[in-house]
Amino acid sequence: MKFNRLVLACAAGLALCSVTARAQLTVEITGAGANRLPVAIADFTGERIVAQALASVVRADLERSGLFRLIDAGAPLADSATPPFEDLKTRGADAVVGGSVVPGADGRYETRVRLSDVPKQTVLGNPAYLHSGVQLRATAHRIADFIYEKLTGEPGVFSTRIAYVVKSTGRYELKIADADGANDQAALASREPIISPAWSPDGTKLAYVSFEAKKPVVYVHDLASGRRHVAANFKGSNSAPAWSPDGKQLAVVLTKDGGSQLYLVNADGSGVARIATSSGIDTEPRWSPDAHFIYFTSDRGGSPQIYRVPSSGGPAERVTFEGSYNVTPRPSPDGKSLAFIARNSNGRFQLALMDLATKQTQVLTDSAKDESPSFAPNGRMILYATEIGGRGVLAAVSSDGRVKQKLSVQAADVREPAWGPLVR
Amino acid sequence: MRTPLLALPLLSALTLLLAACGSQPPAPEQAASGVESRTPGAVSVESAPVTQVKPEPFDAGSIAALKDPRSPLSKRSIYFDYDSYVVKDEFQSLLTAHGKFLSANQKMKMLIQGNADERGSREYNLALGQKRAEAVKKALALLGAREDQMEAVSLGEEKPACTDSGEACWAKNRRGDMLYTGEF
Repeated sequence: MKFNRLVLACAAGLALCSVTARAQLTVEITGAGANRLPVAIADFTGERIVAQALASVVRADLERSGLFRLIDAGAPLADSATPPFEDLKTRGADAVVGGSVVPGADGRYETRVRLSDVPKQTVLGNPAYLHSGVQLRATAHRIADFIYEKLTGEPGVFSTRIAYVVKSTGRYELKIADADGANDQAALASREPIISPAWSPDGTKLAYVSFEAKKPVVYVHDLASGRRHVAANFKGSNSAPAWSPDGKQLAVVLTKDGGSQLYLVNADGSGVARIATSSGIDTEPRWSPDAHFIYFTSDRGGSPQIYRVPSSGGPAERVTFEGSYNVTPRPSPDGKSLAFIARNSNGRFQLALMDLATKQTQVLTDSAKDESPSFAPNGRMILYATEIGGRGVLAAVSSDGRVKQKLSVQAADVREPAWGPLVR
Repeated sequence: MRTPLLALPLLSALTLLLAACGSQPPAPEQAASGVESRTPGAVSVESAPVTQVKPEPFDAGSIAALKDPRSPLSKRSIYFDYDSYVVKDEFQSLLTAHGKFLSANQKMKMLIQGNADERGSREYNLALGQKRAEAVKKALALLGAREDQMEAVSLGEEKPACTDSGEACWAKNRRGDMLYTGEF
């Protein structure tokens, strides 16, 4: 697994990693879904410490999603044992999970899990996982993904990673962490600002803008090796990288020909070509998942609004009409809706979601300084930056506005979140 | 605010100025040259590399004016209205001084950094800062500065001069800063 090499590199050589580990992102649930599914996750049987750690991470994942209500399962339950269905029914559980952890001769573990429907008393699935002690949390996230998908019909995102920027005094760090905030690693540390991280579709690279050359320059950074290259460094400013769905190209904003304008460039920095032209500002490009359109922000109509242009070229079409400031378009993974930041009449910047078919728009937050929305790869949650008590924090809200989470780091500003892709 | 560099005696200030000449803004149309990371896994960036080049001859007398608080050339910031990139009339005389200076000192280069206040999207603010920097560049070009003497870039909302919230502070952050060779 590529990410493990990054972890090992950090453990081996860099004091940086152990220092930053203390500044872990903590996730706090501030709102939950209306109809949470009651589920009992028993402690697994087997090597006690390992089994308990697994089950507790699975429980925390499911609870954080806001879609499940955890029911006390009582005693540990092996995957092979028949769950106490009548007792669980009395406690109100609709589903139950048991499991067992068996150490192998090679120092690895085999963890077997069984998910059962309580009212029907049937088995919904019983996967098995081979893993090392180091992969404990990763295995727990995979188990949580399995349970989530079986019970909701959508893929779980507990095994995904997020990127974000932490600003402390005179220092900027581009961090990568698990979706629950654990295992954070600094991919880049700099005295100059870092903004606009964007994951490659395969999750192996980040494109971002760094000001280390006293001006904005776009880099592409390979996470496993830590190597990076300049993707765009032309005269003027270079910013706002967005990956094409096939991972071969970046849409970027360059000012080499005057004004902030949209260009395509190959991910290795070659083959720059212009994709739209205006006399004003064009920025924040983002591909539609089907690659047919590029959404962007432009002030060509007098105020910043969201437009889209066919990625093969053609006239731009305006997408937002209400209000005088609509920016940072982010199409949902299914391409049916668009998250963006809208300034309301009181000057508050709030996360909004538009149904692209009906153009109906719902404001999802009641905060005032929302920025940089980023969809979870299953489209269920939107991660964004906001400010609480004068400090930058990350927050997440479900696309129906019900489930809310706050992600913060003690004594530092967190901003510029980007939720990584599903990687199987 | 004065930086330690400004407090140095003229001679050593000039030495620094000339030595730093090599850190030109990156060449236009740069190909995808690799930036080597120093450690695998994590890259730590502490400063931009500086390479040595042959010193350019400068007129020490006029360079001194850049640092002289009595000279208009020591003033380097142009301020803008909210959501605007129009250069206001009150800054015309300052721009005239800098335009003439660039025209008279053709070896001098200028980096114009546009800035924005914190409100709204970082990338949109970056674009707004770029418009402000380009407005300053255009004004200087009309006053005799050559295109290839100047580069307009944006720092967006990332480098505020003032970090409080509120209009008094935001007004200080909506600005274009003019930096001469040796200062960037």
